Amino acid sequence: MADARATIEAIFRIEWPKLVAGLARITRDVGTAEELAQDALAAALEEWPAAGVPDKPGAWLMATAKNRAIDAVRRGKVFERKQNEIGALTPDAVAPDFDEAIDDDVGDDLLRLVFVCCHPILSPDARVALTLRLLGGLETGEIARAFVAPEPTIAQRIVRAKRTLADAHVPFEVPRGEDRAERLASVLEVVYLIFNEGYSATAGDDWVRPALCEDALRLGRVLAELAPDEPEVHGLVALMEIQASRLGARVGPSGEPILLLDQNRARWDRVLIGRGLAALARAEAISAPRGPYVLQAAIAACHARAPTADATDWRRIADVYAELAGVAPSPIVELNRAVAVSMAEGPGAALAIVDAIAEHPSMRDYHLLPAVRGDLLAKLGRRDEARAELERAASLTKNERERAMLLERARQV
Amino acid sequence: MRFMVLVPGDEGYEEGRMPSQQELATMGKFNEELVKAGVMLAGEGLHPTKKGAKLVFGQGKPRVVDGPFAEAKEVLGGFWLIQTKTREEAIEWMSRAPFPPGTTLVLRQVFDPSDFAASDPTGELRAKEAELRKKIETRG
Repeated sequence: MADARATIEAIFRIEWPKLVAGLARITRDVGTAEELAQDALAAALEEWPAAGVPDKPGAWLMATAKNRAIDAVRRGKVFERKQNEIGALTPDAVAPDFDEAIDDDVGDDLLRLVFVCCHPILSPDARVALTLRLLGGLETGEIARAFVAPEPTIAQRIVRAKRTLADAHVPFEVPRGEDRAERLASVLEVVYLIFNEGYSATAGDDWVRPALCEDALRLGRVLAELAPDEPEVHGLVALMEIQASRLGARVGPSGEPILLLDQNRARWDRVLIGRGLAALARAEAISAPRGPYVLQAAIAACHARAPTADATDWRRIADVYAELAGVAPSPIVELNRAVAVSMAEGPGAALAIVDAIAEHPSMRDYHLLPAVRGDLLAKLGRRDEARAELERAASLTKNERERAMLLERARQV
Repeated sequence: MRFMVLVPGDEGYEEGRMPSQQELATMGKFNEELVKAGVMLAGEGLHPTKKGAKLVFGQGKPRVVDGPFAEAKEVLGGFWLIQTKTREEAIEWMSRAPFPPGTTLVLRQVFDPSDFAASDPTGELRAKEAELRKKIETRG
Protein backbone atom coordinates (compact mmCIF):
# COMPACT_ATOMS: atom_id res chain seq x y z
CA MET A 1 0.00 0.00 0.00
CA ALA A 2 2.84 2.37 0.85
CA ASP A 3 4.50 1.61 -2.50
CA ALA A 4 1.32 2.30 -4.41
CA ARG A 5 0.97 5.64 -2.68
CA ALA A 6 4.56 6.65 -3.45
CA THR A 7 4.06 5.74 -7.11
CA ILE A 8 0.78 7.63 -7.28
CA GLU A 9 2.39 10.68 -5.70
CA ALA A 10 5.24 10.48 -8.19
CA ILE A 11 2.74 10.36 -11.05
CA PHE A 12 0.95 13.27 -9.54
CA ARG A 13 4.08 15.39 -9.24
CA ILE A 14 4.81 14.68 -12.89
CA GLU A 15 1.29 15.48 -14.09
CA TRP A 16 0.52 18.35 -11.70
CA PRO A 17 1.65 21.43 -13.68
CA LYS A 18 -0.12 20.31 -16.88
CA LEU A 19 -3.21 19.46 -14.89
CA VAL A 20 -3.34 22.82 -13.15
CA ALA A 21 -2.59 24.64 -16.40
CA GLY A 22 -5.33 22.86 -18.33
CA LEU A 23 -7.87 23.46 -15.58
CA ALA A 24 -6.79 27.08 -15.27
CA ARG A 25 -7.55 27.63 -18.93
CA ILE A 26 -11.02 26.21 -18.48
CA THR A 27 -11.89 27.94 -15.22
CA ARG A 28 -9.89 31.10 -15.89
CA ASP A 29 -8.80 31.00 -12.26
CA VAL A 30 -5.65 29.41 -10.88
CA GLY A 31 -7.14 29.03 -7.41
CA THR A 32 -10.08 26.99 -8.66
CA ALA A 33 -7.74 25.03 -10.89
CA GLU A 34 -5.60 24.12 -7.90
CA GLU A 35 -8.61 22.99 -5.87
CA LEU A 36 -9.87 20.83 -8.72
CA ALA A 37 -6.43 19.33 -9.21
CA GLN A 38 -6.24 18.49 -5.50
CA ASP A 39 -9.65 16.83 -5.74
CA ALA A 40 -8.40 14.70 -8.61
CA LEU A 41 -5.44 13.57 -6.53
CA ALA A 42 -7.74 12.59 -3.69
CA ALA A 43 -9.81 10.56 -6.14
CA ALA A 44 -6.72 8.86 -7.53
CA LEU A 45 -5.56 7.93 -4.05
CA GLU A 46 -8.96 6.36 -3.42
CA GLU A 47 -9.29 4.44 -6.65
CA TRP A 48 -5.89 3.57 -8.11
CA PRO A 49 -4.55 1.36 -5.30
CA ALA A 50 -7.43 -1.04 -5.90
CA ALA A 51 -8.24 -0.51 -9.59
CA GLY A 52 -4.63 -0.07 -10.71
CA VAL A 53 -2.97 2.95 -12.23
CA PRO A 54 -4.65 3.88 -15.54
CA ASP A 55 -2.67 3.75 -18.79
CA LYS A 56 -2.92 7.48 -19.26
CA PRO A 57 -2.85 8.90 -15.75
CA GLY A 58 -2.75 12.53 -16.95
CA ALA A 59 -5.91 12.09 -18.96
CA TRP A 60 -7.64 10.28 -16.10
CA LEU A 61 -6.80 13.08 -13.70
CA MET A 62 -8.01 15.81 -16.05
CA ALA A 63 -11.26 14.01 -16.80
CA THR A 64 -11.81 13.36 -13.09
CA ALA A 65 -11.14 16.98 -12.20
CA LYS A 66 -13.64 18.16 -14.77
CA ASN A 67 -16.26 15.63 -13.66
CA ARG A 68 -15.93 16.68 -10.06
CA ALA A 69 -16.28 20.30 -11.02
CA ILE A 70 -19.50 19.57 -12.90
CA ASP A 71 -20.87 17.52 -9.99
CA ALA A 72 -20.09 20.30 -7.58
CA VAL A 73 -21.86 22.87 -9.70
CA ARG A 74 -24.88 20.54 -10.03
CA ARG A 75 -25.05 20.03 -6.29
CA GLY A 76 -24.94 23.77 -5.83
CA LYS A 77 -21.68 23.49 -3.94
CA VAL A 78 -19.91 26.80 -3.79
CA PHE A 79 -16.30 27.16 -4.80
CA GLU A 80 -14.34 29.98 -3.33
CA ARG A 81 -13.62 31.36 -6.73
CA LYS A 82 -15.70 32.33 -9.74
CA GLN A 83 -17.95 29.29 -9.94
CA ASN A 84 -19.80 30.81 -12.89
CA GLU A 85 -16.71 30.01 -14.92
CA ILE A 86 -17.18 26.34 -14.23
CA GLY A 87 -20.45 26.58 -16.15
CA ALA A 88 -18.18 26.38 -19.17
CA LEU A 89 -17.76 22.70 -18.31
CA THR A 90 -20.51 20.63 -19.86
CA PRO A 91 -20.53 16.81 -19.90
CA ASP A 92 -19.64 17.07 -23.59
CA ALA A 93 -16.52 18.97 -22.71
CA VAL A 94 -15.29 16.04 -20.68
CA ALA A 95 -13.67 13.52 -22.99
CA PRO A 96 -11.97 10.52 -21.36
CA ASP A 97 -9.15 10.79 -23.83
CA PHE A 98 -8.98 14.55 -24.02
CA ASP A 99 -5.27 14.21 -24.36
CA GLU A 100 -5.85 13.62 -28.06
CA ALA A 101 -5.75 17.41 -28.03
CA ILE A 102 -2.58 18.57 -29.67
CA ASP A 103 0.46 18.88 -27.42
CA ASP A 104 0.57 22.51 -28.45
CA ASP A 105 -2.44 23.17 -26.23
CA VAL A 106 -0.70 21.76 -23.22
CA GLY A 107 2.40 23.80 -23.97
CA ASP A 108 0.36 26.94 -24.41
CA ASP A 109 -1.49 26.36 -21.15
CA LEU A 110 1.74 25.79 -19.26
CA LEU A 111 3.18 28.96 -20.68
CA ARG A 112 0.04 30.86 -19.70
CA LEU A 113 0.33 29.47 -16.19
CA VAL A 114 3.98 30.55 -15.98
CA PHE A 115 3.15 34.11 -16.96
CA VAL A 116 0.21 34.33 -14.56
CA CYS A 117 2.16 32.97 -11.60
CA CYS A 118 4.91 35.50 -12.28
CA HIS A 119 2.61 38.45 -12.85
CA PRO A 120 4.18 41.74 -11.74
CA ILE A 121 1.04 42.63 -9.78
CA LEU A 122 2.31 40.11 -7.22
CA SER A 123 5.28 40.77 -4.99
CA PRO A 124 8.43 38.79 -5.86
CA ASP A 125 7.91 36.66 -2.75
CA ALA A 126 4.36 35.89 -3.80
CA ARG A 127 5.40 35.08 -7.35
CA VAL A 128 8.07 32.72 -6.08
CA ALA A 129 5.69 30.92 -3.72
CA LEU A 130 2.93 30.61 -6.30
CA THR A 131 5.33 29.43 -9.00
CA LEU A 132 6.83 26.79 -6.75
CA ARG A 133 3.36 25.64 -5.73
CA LEU A 134 1.60 25.54 -9.08
CA LEU A 135 4.48 24.89 -11.48
CA GLY A 136 7.02 23.25 -9.22
CA GLY A 137 4.44 21.11 -7.48
CA LEU A 138 6.04 21.75 -4.12
CA GLU A 139 3.86 21.40 -1.03
CA THR A 140 3.36 24.48 1.12
CA GLY A 141 5.49 22.91 3.84
CA GLU A 142 8.35 22.30 1.42
CA ILE A 143 8.23 25.89 0.23
CA ALA A 144 8.23 27.10 3.83
CA ARG A 145 11.28 25.00 4.69
CA ALA A 146 13.00 26.11 1.51
CA PHE A 147 12.65 29.78 2.42
CA VAL A 148 13.03 29.26 6.15
CA ALA A 149 9.61 30.79 6.77
CA PRO A 150 6.68 29.58 8.86
CA GLU A 151 4.30 27.40 6.92
CA PRO A 152 1.21 29.50 7.72
CA THR A 153 3.03 32.54 6.32
CA ILE A 154 3.65 30.77 3.03
CA ALA A 155 0.11 29.38 2.95
CA GLN A 156 -1.29 32.86 3.49
CA ARG A 157 1.03 34.29 0.88
CA ILE A 158 -0.26 31.81 -1.69
CA VAL A 159 -3.89 32.38 -0.75
CA ARG A 160 -3.48 36.14 -1.05
CA ALA A 161 -1.62 35.81 -4.35
CA LYS A 162 -4.45 33.82 -5.89
CA ARG A 163 -6.99 36.31 -4.56
CA THR A 164 -5.01 39.25 -5.97
CA LEU A 165 -4.94 37.62 -9.39
CA ALA A 166 -8.67 36.92 -9.24
CA ASP A 167 -9.62 40.37 -8.01
CA ALA A 168 -7.53 42.02 -10.70
CA HIS A 169 -9.08 39.71 -13.30
CA VAL A 170 -5.63 38.84 -14.58
CA PRO A 171 -6.33 37.06 -17.85
CA PHE A 172 -5.07 33.54 -18.36
CA GLU A 173 -3.03 34.31 -21.43
CA VAL A 174 0.47 34.66 -22.82
CA PRO A 175 1.38 38.33 -23.14
CA ARG A 176 2.33 39.54 -26.59
CA GLY A 177 3.63 42.75 -28.04
CA GLU A 178 5.00 45.48 -25.82
CA ASP A 179 4.05 43.75 -22.61
CA ARG A 180 5.91 40.58 -23.39
CA ALA A 181 9.49 41.66 -22.71
CA GLU A 182 8.64 43.04 -19.29
CA ARG A 183 6.46 40.08 -18.38
CA LEU A 184 9.16 37.65 -19.51
CA ALA A 185 11.73 39.52 -17.44
CA SER A 186 9.46 39.02 -14.44
CA VAL A 187 9.30 35.28 -15.11
CA LEU A 188 13.07 34.99 -15.44
CA GLU A 189 13.53 37.01 -12.27
CA VAL A 190 11.34 34.56 -10.34
CA VAL A 191 13.22 31.52 -11.63
CA TYR A 192 16.58 33.09 -10.86
CA LEU A 193 15.43 34.11 -7.38
CA ILE A 194 14.55 30.48 -6.69
CA PHE A 195 17.91 29.38 -8.04
CA ASN A 196 19.83 31.84 -5.89
CA GLU A 197 17.97 30.83 -2.79
CA GLY A 198 19.12 27.31 -3.49
CA TYR A 199 22.63 28.38 -4.47
CA SER A 200 23.05 30.33 -1.25
CA ALA A 201 21.92 27.36 0.81
CA THR A 202 24.68 25.49 2.55
CA ALA A 203 25.27 21.82 3.11
CA GLY A 204 24.01 22.04 6.66
CA ASP A 205 20.59 23.25 5.53
CA ASP A 206 17.40 21.24 5.20
CA TRP A 207 17.70 19.29 1.92
CA VAL A 208 14.87 21.24 0.33
CA ARG A 209 17.03 24.36 0.19
CA PRO A 210 19.86 23.15 -2.04
CA ALA A 211 17.23 21.25 -4.01
CA LEU A 212 15.83 24.64 -5.03
CA CYS A 213 18.64 24.86 -7.60
CA GLU A 214 17.31 21.71 -9.19
CA ASP A 215 13.76 23.07 -9.05
CA ALA A 216 14.84 26.31 -10.71
CA LEU A 217 16.87 24.48 -13.33
CA ARG A 218 13.95 22.24 -14.11
CA LEU A 219 11.61 25.23 -14.43
CA GLY A 220 14.13 26.99 -16.64
CA ARG A 221 14.52 23.97 -18.88
CA VAL A 222 10.76 23.57 -19.16
CA LEU A 223 10.49 27.25 -20.05
CA ALA A 224 13.19 26.86 -22.71
CA GLU A 225 10.99 24.28 -24.45
CA LEU A 226 7.84 26.38 -24.02
CA ALA A 227 9.45 29.57 -25.34
CA PRO A 228 12.33 28.37 -27.53
CA ASP A 229 12.52 31.62 -29.47
CA GLU A 230 13.43 33.72 -26.44
CA PRO A 231 17.20 34.05 -26.15
CA GLU A 232 17.07 35.37 -22.58
CA VAL A 233 15.35 32.17 -21.46
CA HIS A 234 18.20 30.09 -22.88
CA GLY A 235 20.63 32.60 -21.38
CA LEU A 236 19.17 32.13 -17.92
CA VAL A 237 19.23 28.36 -18.28
CA ALA A 238 22.85 28.54 -19.43
CA LEU A 239 23.77 30.71 -16.45
CA MET A 240 22.08 28.37 -13.99
CA GLU A 241 23.55 25.20 -15.52
CA ILE A 242 27.05 26.65 -15.33
CA GLN A 243 26.65 28.03 -11.81
CA ALA A 244 25.19 24.72 -10.67
CA SER A 245 28.20 22.97 -12.17
CA ARG A 246 30.29 24.49 -9.39
CA LEU A 247 28.13 23.34 -6.46
CA GLY A 248 30.53 20.56 -5.61
CA ALA A 249 33.61 22.79 -5.60
CA ARG A 250 32.47 25.78 -3.56
CA VAL A 251 33.06 24.45 -0.08
CA GLY A 252 36.35 23.45 1.50
CA PRO A 253 37.03 20.59 3.91
CA SER A 254 36.26 22.66 7.00
CA GLY A 255 33.22 24.28 5.43
CA GLU A 256 34.98 27.40 4.27
CA PRO A 257 33.81 29.01 1.03
CA ILE A 258 36.18 28.72 -1.94
CA LEU A 259 36.32 31.51 -4.48
CA LEU A 260 35.79 30.61 -8.11
CA LEU A 261 39.42 31.22 -9.07
CA ASP A 262 40.62 28.96 -6.26
CA GLN A 263 38.21 26.10 -6.91
CA ASN A 264 39.34 22.62 -7.86
CA ARG A 265 38.06 22.48 -11.42
CA ALA A 266 38.11 18.70 -11.41
CA ARG A 267 35.07 19.04 -9.17
CA TRP A 268 33.13 21.10 -11.70
CA ASP A 269 30.28 19.08 -13.19
CA ARG A 270 31.11 18.63 -16.86
CA VAL A 271 27.62 17.44 -17.78
CA LEU A 272 26.14 20.70 -16.53
CA ILE A 273 28.88 22.77 -18.15
CA GLY A 274 28.15 21.03 -21.45
CA ARG A 275 24.46 21.76 -21.04
CA GLY A 276 25.18 25.36 -20.14
CA LEU A 277 27.37 25.92 -23.17
CA ALA A 278 24.75 24.28 -25.38
CA ALA A 279 22.03 26.54 -23.96
CA LEU A 280 24.24 29.58 -24.52
CA ALA A 281 24.83 28.52 -28.12
CA ARG A 282 21.10 28.16 -28.54
CA ALA A 283 20.59 31.68 -27.21
CA GLU A 284 23.24 33.16 -29.45
CA ALA A 285 21.88 31.37 -32.52
CA ILE A 286 18.81 33.57 -32.23
CA SER A 287 19.73 36.83 -33.84
CA ALA A 288 19.04 39.55 -31.34
CA PRO A 289 21.19 41.87 -29.30
CA ARG A 290 22.44 39.94 -26.29
CA GLY A 291 20.44 40.57 -23.14
CA PRO A 292 21.61 40.55 -19.50
CA TYR A 293 21.13 36.83 -18.85
CA VAL A 294 22.83 35.81 -22.08
CA LEU A 295 25.74 38.12 -21.24
CA GLN A 296 26.07 36.85 -17.68
CA ALA A 297 25.99 33.33 -19.09
CA ALA A 298 28.69 34.25 -21.60
CA ILE A 299 30.89 35.42 -18.72
CA ALA A 300 30.20 32.24 -16.77
CA ALA A 301 31.03 30.26 -19.91
CA CYS A 302 34.44 31.92 -20.15
CA HIS A 303 35.27 30.63 -16.70
CA ALA A 304 33.75 27.24 -17.43
CA ARG A 305 35.86 26.81 -20.58
CA ALA A 306 39.15 27.59 -18.85
CA PRO A 307 40.87 24.38 -17.73
CA THR A 308 42.76 26.36 -15.08
CA ALA A 309 42.32 29.79 -13.54
CA ASP A 310 45.44 30.96 -15.34
CA ALA A 311 43.92 30.00 -18.69
CA THR A 312 40.96 32.32 -18.19
CA ASP A 313 40.19 34.55 -21.16
CA TRP A 314 40.04 37.82 -19.23
CA ARG A 315 40.02 39.95 -22.37
CA ARG A 316 36.83 38.30 -23.47
CA ILE A 317 35.30 38.59 -20.01
CA ALA A 318 36.16 42.27 -19.87
CA ASP A 319 34.56 42.81 -23.27
CA VAL A 320 31.38 41.01 -22.25
CA TYR A 321 31.18 43.06 -19.07
CA ALA A 322 31.46 46.16 -21.23
CA GLU A 323 28.56 44.90 -23.32
CA LEU A 324 26.61 44.12 -20.13
CA ALA A 325 27.29 47.64 -18.89
CA GLY A 326 25.63 48.90 -22.04
CA VAL A 327 22.54 46.74 -21.53
CA ALA A 328 22.12 46.63 -17.75
CA PRO A 329 24.43 49.24 -16.28
CA SER A 330 25.19 49.18 -12.58
CA PRO A 331 28.15 49.92 -10.32
CA ILE A 332 28.46 46.19 -9.59
CA VAL A 333 28.85 45.46 -13.28
CA GLU A 334 31.52 48.17 -13.47
CA LEU A 335 33.33 46.73 -10.47
CA ASN A 336 33.36 43.26 -12.00
CA ARG A 337 34.45 44.76 -15.29
CA ALA A 338 37.30 46.47 -13.50
CA VAL A 339 38.52 43.17 -12.10
CA ALA A 340 38.46 41.60 -15.55
CA VAL A 341 40.18 44.64 -17.10
CA SER A 342 42.92 44.49 -14.48
CA MET A 343 43.61 40.88 -15.42
CA ALA A 344 43.48 41.62 -19.15
CA GLU A 345 45.19 45.02 -19.35
CA GLY A 346 46.68 45.87 -16.03
CA PRO A 347 45.76 47.65 -12.81
CA GLY A 348 46.00 51.20 -14.14
CA ALA A 349 43.11 50.89 -16.57
CA ALA A 350 41.09 49.05 -13.94
CA LEU A 351 41.67 51.71 -11.31
CA ALA A 352 40.14 54.36 -13.55
CA ILE A 353 36.97 52.29 -13.78
CA VAL A 354 36.78 51.79 -10.01
CA ASP A 355 37.35 55.47 -9.30
CA ALA A 356 34.51 56.38 -11.62
CA ILE A 357 31.99 54.44 -9.51
CA ALA A 358 33.48 55.01 -6.06
CA GLU A 359 31.05 57.79 -5.18
CA HIS A 360 27.93 55.92 -6.22
CA PRO A 361 25.55 55.66 -3.22
CA SER A 362 25.33 51.89 -3.42
CA MET A 363 29.13 51.62 -3.31
CA ARG A 364 29.63 53.76 -0.22
CA ASP A 365 29.45 50.94 2.31
CA TYR A 366 30.13 48.07 -0.05
CA HIS A 367 33.29 46.37 1.14
CA LEU A 368 34.22 44.86 -2.21
CA LEU A 369 34.87 48.26 -3.74
CA PRO A 370 37.75 49.24 -1.44
CA ALA A 371 38.87 45.59 -1.52
CA VAL A 372 39.24 45.69 -5.29
CA ARG A 373 40.71 49.19 -5.18
CA GLY A 374 43.22 48.10 -2.56
CA ASP A 375 44.38 45.16 -4.68
CA LEU A 376 44.78 47.40 -7.70
CA LEU A 377 46.77 49.99 -5.74
CA ALA A 378 49.00 47.25 -4.37
CA LYS A 379 49.70 46.05 -7.91
CA LEU A 380 50.59 49.62 -8.84
CA GLY A 381 53.09 49.81 -6.00
CA ARG A 382 51.06 52.44 -4.12
CA ARG A 383 51.42 50.49 -0.93
CA ASP A 384 50.32 52.94 1.75
CA GLU A 385 47.12 53.72 -0.14
CA ALA A 386 46.56 50.02 -0.79
CA ARG A 387 46.91 49.18 2.87
CA ALA A 388 44.44 51.90 3.84
CA GLU A 389 41.87 50.69 1.33
CA LEU A 390 42.13 47.05 2.40
CA GLU A 391 41.77 48.04 6.04
CA ARG A 392 38.73 50.09 5.12
CA ALA A 393 37.28 47.12 3.29
CA ALA A 394 37.88 44.97 6.37
CA SER A 395 35.98 47.46 8.51
CA LEU A 396 33.01 47.37 6.15
CA THR A 397 32.50 43.63 5.97
CA LYS A 398 30.36 41.84 8.54
CA ASN A 399 31.87 38.48 7.71
CA GLU A 400 34.56 37.44 10.19
CA ARG A 401 36.63 35.29 7.90
CA GLU A 402 36.46 37.85 5.12
CA ARG A 403 37.61 40.56 7.53
CA ALA A 404 40.53 38.44 8.64
CA MET A 405 41.43 37.74 5.02
CA LEU A 406 41.34 41.44 4.12
CA LEU A 407 43.41 42.44 7.12
CA GLU A 408 45.92 39.75 6.19
CA ARG A 409 46.12 41.09 2.66
CA ALA A 410 46.64 44.58 4.07
CA ARG A 411 49.53 43.29 6.20
CA GLN A 412 51.14 41.62 3.23
CA VAL A 413 51.17 44.74 1.07
CA MET B 1 18.67 13.62 -7.57
CA ARG B 2 20.15 12.00 -10.62
CA PHE B 3 19.84 8.57 -12.08
CA MET B 4 21.78 6.81 -14.74
CA VAL B 5 19.53 4.53 -16.79
CA LEU B 6 21.31 1.64 -18.46
CA VAL B 7 19.71 0.37 -21.64
CA PRO B 8 20.52 -3.12 -22.94
CA GLY B 9 21.27 -3.70 -26.59
CA ASP B 10 18.29 -5.31 -28.27
CA GLU B 11 17.82 -8.06 -30.91
CA GLY B 12 20.48 -7.73 -33.57
CA TYR B 13 22.28 -5.01 -31.68
CA GLU B 14 25.76 -6.48 -31.93
CA GLU B 15 25.25 -7.06 -35.65
CA GLY B 16 24.68 -3.32 -35.96
CA ARG B 17 20.95 -3.45 -36.68
CA MET B 18 19.70 0.14 -36.92
CA PRO B 19 16.34 1.01 -35.39
CA SER B 20 13.41 1.37 -37.77
CA GLN B 21 11.86 4.75 -38.59
CA GLN B 22 8.95 3.85 -36.35
CA GLU B 23 11.22 2.93 -33.45
CA LEU B 24 13.19 6.13 -33.87
CA ALA B 25 10.03 8.21 -33.97
CA THR B 26 8.54 6.57 -30.89
CA MET B 27 11.74 6.84 -28.88
CA GLY B 28 12.22 10.37 -30.18
CA LYS B 29 8.82 11.35 -28.83
CA PHE B 30 9.67 9.86 -25.44
CA ASN B 31 12.98 11.75 -25.36
CA GLU B 32 11.09 14.91 -26.22
CA GLU B 33 8.85 14.40 -23.20
CA LEU B 34 11.90 14.04 -20.98
CA VAL B 35 13.38 17.23 -22.38
CA LYS B 36 10.12 19.19 -22.11
CA ALA B 37 9.79 18.17 -18.49
CA GLY B 38 13.31 19.34 -17.68
CA VAL B 39 14.20 15.78 -16.65
CA MET B 40 16.66 14.85 -19.39
CA LEU B 41 20.29 15.62 -18.69
CA ALA B 42 21.98 13.42 -21.23
CA GLY B 43 21.27 10.40 -23.37
CA GLU B 44 23.42 8.55 -25.84
CA GLY B 45 23.51 5.35 -27.84
CA LEU B 46 26.59 3.16 -27.86
CA HIS B 47 28.20 1.48 -30.87
CA PRO B 48 28.30 -2.33 -30.87
CA THR B 49 31.18 -3.78 -28.88
CA LYS B 50 33.32 -4.44 -31.96
CA LYS B 51 34.22 -0.75 -31.97
CA GLY B 52 35.11 -0.79 -28.31
CA ALA B 53 37.93 -2.11 -26.19
CA LYS B 54 38.52 -3.53 -22.77
CA LEU B 55 41.34 -2.49 -20.47
CA VAL B 56 42.31 -5.28 -18.11
CA PHE B 57 44.29 -3.93 -15.19
CA GLY B 58 46.95 -6.07 -13.61
CA GLN B 59 50.61 -5.44 -12.77
CA GLY B 60 52.07 -2.65 -14.88
CA LYS B 61 50.11 -1.21 -17.76
CA PRO B 62 46.60 -2.54 -18.41
CA ARG B 63 46.12 -5.17 -21.10
CA VAL B 64 44.05 -4.11 -24.09
CA VAL B 65 41.37 -6.42 -25.47
CA ASP B 66 39.69 -5.25 -28.67
CA GLY B 67 35.99 -5.80 -29.21
CA PRO B 68 33.75 -7.58 -30.08
CA PHE B 69 33.14 -9.04 -26.65
CA ALA B 70 31.50 -12.24 -27.68
CA GLU B 71 31.22 -13.46 -24.13
CA ALA B 72 29.09 -10.53 -22.93
CA LYS B 73 25.54 -11.77 -22.37
CA GLU B 74 23.95 -8.43 -21.77
CA VAL B 75 25.54 -5.72 -23.80
CA LEU B 76 25.00 -2.10 -22.88
CA GLY B 77 23.30 -0.34 -25.79
CA GLY B 78 22.92 3.14 -24.39
CA PHE B 79 22.19 5.25 -21.36
CA TRP B 80 20.28 8.19 -20.05
CA LEU B 81 21.19 10.59 -17.30
CA ILE B 82 18.02 12.03 -15.77
CA GLN B 83 17.22 14.42 -12.95
CA THR B 84 14.15 14.01 -10.77
CA LYS B 85 13.09 15.04 -7.30
CA THR B 86 12.58 11.50 -6.07
CA ARG B 87 13.45 7.91 -6.89
CA GLU B 88 9.77 7.19 -7.55
CA GLU B 89 9.61 9.90 -10.19
CA ALA B 90 12.67 8.50 -11.94
CA ILE B 91 11.03 5.09 -11.97
CA GLU B 92 7.71 6.50 -13.18
CA TRP B 93 9.38 8.42 -16.00
CA MET B 94 11.36 5.45 -17.23
CA SER B 95 8.26 3.21 -17.00
CA ARG B 96 6.91 5.34 -19.82
CA ALA B 97 9.83 4.50 -22.11
CA PRO B 98 8.67 2.65 -25.25
CA PHE B 99 10.60 -0.60 -24.92
CA PRO B 100 9.39 -4.00 -26.15
CA PRO B 101 8.49 -6.79 -23.73
CA GLY B 102 11.57 -8.57 -22.40
CA THR B 103 13.61 -5.38 -21.97
CA THR B 104 15.12 -4.66 -18.58
CA LEU B 105 16.29 -1.15 -17.77
CA VAL B 106 18.65 -0.65 -14.85
CA LEU B 107 18.38 2.56 -12.84
CA ARG B 108 21.32 3.62 -10.70
CA GLN B 109 21.44 6.73 -8.53
CA VAL B 110 24.36 9.08 -9.27
CA PHE B 111 26.38 10.60 -6.44
CA ASP B 112 25.65 14.30 -5.90
CA PRO B 113 28.01 16.92 -4.51
CA SER B 114 25.70 17.06 -1.50
CA ASP B 115 26.49 13.40 -0.80
CA PHE B 116 30.00 14.55 -0.02
CA ALA B 117 28.90 17.72 1.71
CA ALA B 118 30.90 19.52 4.33
CA SER B 119 29.11 21.51 6.99
CA ASP B 120 29.03 25.24 7.48
CA PRO B 121 29.64 25.52 11.22
CA THR B 122 30.43 29.23 11.33
CA GLY B 123 27.71 30.25 8.88
CA GLU B 124 30.29 31.98 6.75
CA LEU B 125 29.42 30.16 3.58
CA ARG B 126 25.91 31.40 4.05
CA ALA B 127 27.25 34.93 4.50
CA LYS B 128 29.50 34.63 1.47
CA GLU B 129 26.60 33.51 -0.65
CA ALA B 130 24.42 36.30 0.67
CA GLU B 131 27.11 38.65 -0.61
CA LEU B 132 27.03 36.91 -3.97
CA ARG B 133 23.28 37.21 -4.03
CA LYS B 134 23.50 40.94 -3.43
CA LYS B 135 25.94 41.19 -6.31
CA ILE B 136 23.61 39.29 -8.56
CA GLU B 137 20.57 41.28 -7.55
CA THR B 138 22.22 44.62 -8.09
CA ARG B 139 23.58 43.44 -11.39
CA GLY B 140 20.19 43.88 -12.97
